Amino acid sequence: MPSDTLEAVSEIRELSYAEAVREALGQAMEADERVFLFGEDVGVYGGAFGVSGDLVHRFGKERVIDTPISELGIAGAAVGAAITGMRPVLEIQFSDFVTLAMEQLVNQAAKIRFMFGGKASVPMVVRLPGGSGTGAAAQHSQSLEAWFAHVPGLKVLQPSTPHDAKGMLLAAIDDPNPVLIFEHKLLYKTKGHVPAEAYRVPIGQAAIRREGSDITIVGSSIMARKAEAAAERLATDGISAEVIDLRSIRPIDFTTIAESVRKTHRLLVVYEGVKTMGIGAEISAMIAESEVFDFLDAPIVRLGGADAPIPYNPVLEKAAVPQEDDIVAAATNLVRRGEA
Amino acid sequence: MSAHQKPNQRPELAALDDATVARALTRMHLIRKFEEAAEASYMRGLIHGTMHLSIGQEASAVGTTLPLEAHDYILSTHRGHGHCIARGAEPKLMFAEFFGKETGYCKGRGGSMHIADVEGGNLGANGIVGGGLPIAVGVGMSIKAQKNGRVCMVFFGDGASNEGAFHEALNMASIWKLPVVFVCENNKYGMSMDIGRAMAVPNVADRASAYGMPGHCLDGNDLAGVAAVAKQAIARARSGEGPSLIECKTYRWRGHSKSDRNLYRSKEEIEEWRNQDPIRRLEDELKAHDRFDAAALMKLEEDAQREIDAAVEFARTCPDPDPKDLTRDVYAL
Ligand SMILES: Cc1ncc(C[n+]2csc(CCOP(=O)(O)OP(=O)(O)O)c2C)c(N)n1
Ligand SMILES: [Mg+2]
Repeated sequence: MPSDTLEAVSEIRELSYAEAVREALGQAMEADERVFLFGEDVGVYGGAFGVSGDLVHRFGKERVIDTPISELGIAGAAVGAAITGMRPVLEIQFSDFVTLAMEQLVNQAAKIRFMFGGKASVPMVVRLPGGSGTGAAAQHSQSLEAWFAHVPGLKVLQPSTPHDAKGMLLAAIDDPNPVLIFEHKLLYKTKGHVPAEAYRVPIGQAAIRREGSDITIVGSSIMARKAEAAAERLATDGISAEVIDLRSIRPIDFTTIAESVRKTHRLLVVYEGVKTMGIGAEISAMIAESEVFDFLDAPIVRLGGADAPIPYNPVLEKAAVPQEDDIVAAATNLVRRGEA
Repeated sequence: MSAHQKPNQRPELAALDDATVARALTRMHLIRKFEEAAEASYMRGLIHGTMHLSIGQEASAVGTTLPLEAHDYILSTHRGHGHCIARGAEPKLMFAEFFGKETGYCKGRGGSMHIADVEGGNLGANGIVGGGLPIAVGVGMSIKAQKNGRVCMVFFGDGASNEGAFHEALNMASIWKLPVVFVCENNKYGMSMDIGRAMAVPNVADRASAYGMPGHCLDGNDLAGVAAVAKQAIARARSGEGPSLIECKTYRWRGHSKSDRNLYRSKEEIEEWRNQDPIRRLEDELKAHDRFDAAALMKLEEDAQREIDAAVEFARTCPDPDPKDLTRDVYAL
């Protein structure tokens, strides 16, 4: 093959989301001896969702460590290692099990630096596969990210593309603070362009996925992807939607959202976590408290998870979280409102 | 008891009369066939999600629960179909749950990992490893406060015994002498984690001494042996002497769940344990002592198969839940 063809191939190299995360982990471990990976079944099993894959064979059992089923213990161990010079990356097998690790993440990891007057830092990363859509029912399908976004001292990310999954994980490993990354399980198999080198996607910056003028749709995690698909359909219906992928919910990029709403005058916020007291409430309030409020032509609309645990039955399960059709319908109503 | 039984029967088996043995065998067959049918339904796309099969572990579920009384409680795990059937749940309502139907034990809301039969004393399978252990303490407190003479048996895996919840629960049950029987089904692995890599003592039962309760380490594939020890532990709990920890050493023949590629264990190991089939072992022993002949044993198995086939048929035709009921039962009214 001529070399220019080879280059072209590498430029459009596609990886799945899971592969992108694995590549970031491998590159971080290669570059920095302080980085190590641990969690339940991350070794020879390769991770419950196949994310760690062959890493144990590449880096050995001392750096890719299978732990007993002890979530509180392993979260605390990450804190201890982080404050004494290591860079632990912890996998919580399903994000739901982080409930068992709350103490160490919320009382310890988030607060140690502050409580110690800035004399220590807690550079740890926690990866958490979350979300519904796999028929795993109420204790294996939750979207708990907003809980953690409520805690000063933690950073909370929700990358939605393979590109961001890699770049944000590398940025999180560099970050001197505890960073939680919620990875939607349905995204693991999705593919996208991922550069081969180790690059960083800055924490705290939303991405404009599609420019538009009639309405701003802000989505987090898989909902950003659904919003993009919905925007495509809205376009055929003559509605120009601007889609913002939140990417980071703490810190949150209010500037990008505000600028967009100033232009479109309408805002729809879509997220999978329970709607009540969720991400959308914060974004709506930020708009309502700012001068952008004056630019709104219609009330803000939120689409979020139902006020119910995730049901097992597949029809109910789908009905419990926003779907593409719901986004199209909500956006259409918002834009057509007042036209009738 | 059968007239022609041979005298050299071990006491654990002799203690079980023919009707009890037949009941135990039937339940073991039902569990095995339920799970085989669940697996087949999954392959045919009738079941959504994943499932955790206990094929190979039937003697533990059936043996421990055999001496329980009708009003006693159990708490189960993610690998809970066996416990549920062992307590007399109806396979057709379990299948309906599996298929997500409104007629299922949990109206299609819970699925495999959350099957509960509250009226039958099964306070639920659990998606959280170790989740049932502290709940058992509260059930024990309730039994004690209500002076109703019941017992609570709580199941968990070897892996669960590394959760803080295990240690907190055993301690509380012991200091308050609660009527709880802790049953660890040690199938050698917590997902891919070999017990030898996950804990520093060889047996989960060794941990009982730290909480001042008896710990029994058993061949979990020996129905009669398991039942004999469970009987003692249940009697101890009921009489107010406090909890016990029973460890049934057993093995799951299938992968952890549907996504397991068995990279952490050998084919030989699986084969070795398949030769310790708890159902075949009991049948062989019964035949050797002339307690049941081959035809009688075959009939028990066939009857179980028929019940499971009918259960699948029933469940398939049941109605789905209505999406407008999405938030029903989030709160009690
Ligand atoms: C708190 C929690 N951590 C992890 C899991 C994921 N998980 C489900 S079952 C399992 C293994 C449990 O092992 P064990 O207790 O030995 O039971 P077994 O599966 O062998 O029956 C794991 C890690 C979970 N469901 N809950
Ligand atoms: Mg186990």
